[in-house]
Amino acid sequence: MTVPADLDRRFRDSAARAGLLDAAFDVVDSPLGPLLVAASSHGLLRISFDADPEVELERLGRLAGPRVLRSPHAVDDVRRELDEYFERRRNVFDLALDLRGVTEFGVRVLGELALVPYGHTATYGELAARAGKPRAARAVGTIMNRNPVPIVLPCHRIVGATGALVGYGGGLERKELLLRLEGACI
Amino acid sequence: MMQAVAIPPFETFYEAHRSEVLGLLRRKLGRDRADDAFQETFLRALRAYDRLAHGEHLRAWVLTIASRVAIDTVRRSRPTVEPPELAHEDTRPAYEDLGELTDGLPPTERAAVVLRYGYDLTYDQIAAALGSNATAARQATSSGVRRLRARRAT
Repeated sequence: MTVPADLDRRFRDSAARAGLLDAAFDVVDSPLGPLLVAASSHGLLRISFDADPEVELERLGRLAGPRVLRSPHAVDDVRRELDEYFERRRNVFDLALDLRGVTEFGVRVLGELALVPYGHTATYGELAARAGKPRAARAVGTIMNRNPVPIVLPCHRIVGATGALVGYGGGLERKELLLRLEGACI
Repeated sequence: MMQAVAIPPFETFYEAHRSEVLGLLRRKLGRDRADDAFQETFLRALRAYDRLAHGEHLRAWVLTIASRVAIDTVRRSRPTVEPPELAHEDTRPAYEDLGELTDGLPPTERAAVVLRYGYDLTYDQIAAALGSNATAARQATSSGVRRLRARRAT
């Protein structure tokens, strides 16, 4: 027996409203392709370019707890801000973040990353220096690669010492697309 | 030591069992009442989900929750009529009255009458208790009653 869509939606809404979820997620359309977006009661947990929930759900379950449910309304804020960003109506995200699972140094680096302005780039080495470890460019590269919330924390703005794009967790094409969207000189 | 079966993300669990749960609730409650019961079932499951020790028998677990929700739903919707006020309160169970009343009957007839009218057992159940058959139990009961009537008439 198929569960009618409105009944299904009612349950997903009330589960989130009742505060019973460790993480709520949805798949959001974007110019970069579908994005899996997940949030806890503390804030945005995850943006993934791999929108096939299977793998990501297991990961979310281990990170946040087993009560992971698709609940579109629960990530309405994230969806709205991403839409605005992709329509060039937003330069800065105003979303609470849940960075559990990130190391202490990682959080420091991501904090510095958040300060790299829209449309600008910085190098891995510069970011390492700003986080207090000038020689940790390689570690910063790893932290960028594992950034749990790309786009919102703009790891696409971090480039190699020569200005080359170097790498991106979501693929170099996406990195280039984001920088062009922001009008950065690349 | 064996690794316990991991608890899947709730989404996976919900997708796997929602159809069967809805089917069960519709059979027990009808289409209208099944919708609310469906919500209630999965909200109850969600409330308990992070306290599960392992991911085994989740199908049986959620069907049990659904059955309980169905029972609660039926109970809630049954009209509640206050029992009429009794003229005088009599808290003595019927079998105690019968015990005195049937004093002096032949043992089998006495047991049959008490079991039938004191404990409200069926003749099959009485037969099982007395080690006889239903016909014999019925006969013992009615001859006991006849004897009591005759005794009262005198």
